Amino acid sequence: MTGSPIPRPRPLSPHLQIYRPTLTMTMSVVHRITGMGLYLGVLLIAWWLIAASSGPNAYAAVEGFFGSIIGRLVLFGYTWALIHHMLGGIRHLIWDTGRGFGAQEREWLARATIIGSIFLTVLLWAVGLLVVGPR
Amino acid sequence: MKPDDFDIRTPMGRVRGLGSARSGTKHFWQERVTAVAAIPLTIAFFVIVASVLGRNHAAVVQILSSPLVAILLLLFIVNSIYHMWLGMQVIIEDYVHDDVPKLSSLMANTFFCAAAALASVYAILKLSFGV
Repeated sequence: MTGSPIPRPRPLSPHLQIYRPTLTMTMSVVHRITGMGLYLGVLLIAWWLIAASSGPNAYAAVEGFFGSIIGRLVLFGYTWALIHHMLGGIRHLIWDTGRGFGAQEREWLARATIIGSIFLTVLLWAVGLLVVGPR
Repeated sequence: MKPDDFDIRTPMGRVRGLGSARSGTKHFWQERVTAVAAIPLTIAFFVIVASVLGRNHAAVVQILSSPLVAILLLLFIVNSIYHMWLGMQVIIEDYVHDDVPKLSSLMANTFFCAAAALASVYAILKLSFGV
């Protein structure tokens, strides 16, 4: 074929940044990001278990980190990521049955996931710090 | 004209229904199964963490080494890591397209998950069986 020497760039389908961000789109991204956070966070659980099985000194080191300001922030974030990913997963399981795809339903599910994850995280930490922790 | 008239799959391929990846919906289904299992196991994990909160090492070991707690921890950790192994595979396949980085990332994912799972399982068993 004898066309123009420089081919015109073919049109591409628009990618994410073209669209106005919606709540459900943001939730999808957050679900994936929390999943990646939990992926690395499993090291915290592994470290905790290995330390507990190693002896009192190793366990004291883990407790020292988990009890520090940074450690608590990390654990708080981990708790929220775990709960948010779990509630987001339940949302996906509802969708798997073919339900919850309506405009109002999916907005409602997205809001319930955010509010539920923040509420449950704060509730768990309140119970941990105020009820169980000081024993 | 029926859609089947365009189907160029062999009769055997159609019956197996495994598609080009040779695994059908196995990956999707395993992700769902581990997701469903993760719900009660994560709740159990929160209860276990609450039960050891603020206790000294000896008491923590005593709790974690009791059979029910150890079995729930084993189920939680193995199920969670299998789930995240599947999930990370999807993320890599979505974003990494060149062969070498993609295959390396997929391998690294498997190595990381296998190491994290085995280390955790070893620790739980050591807590249970002593030494």
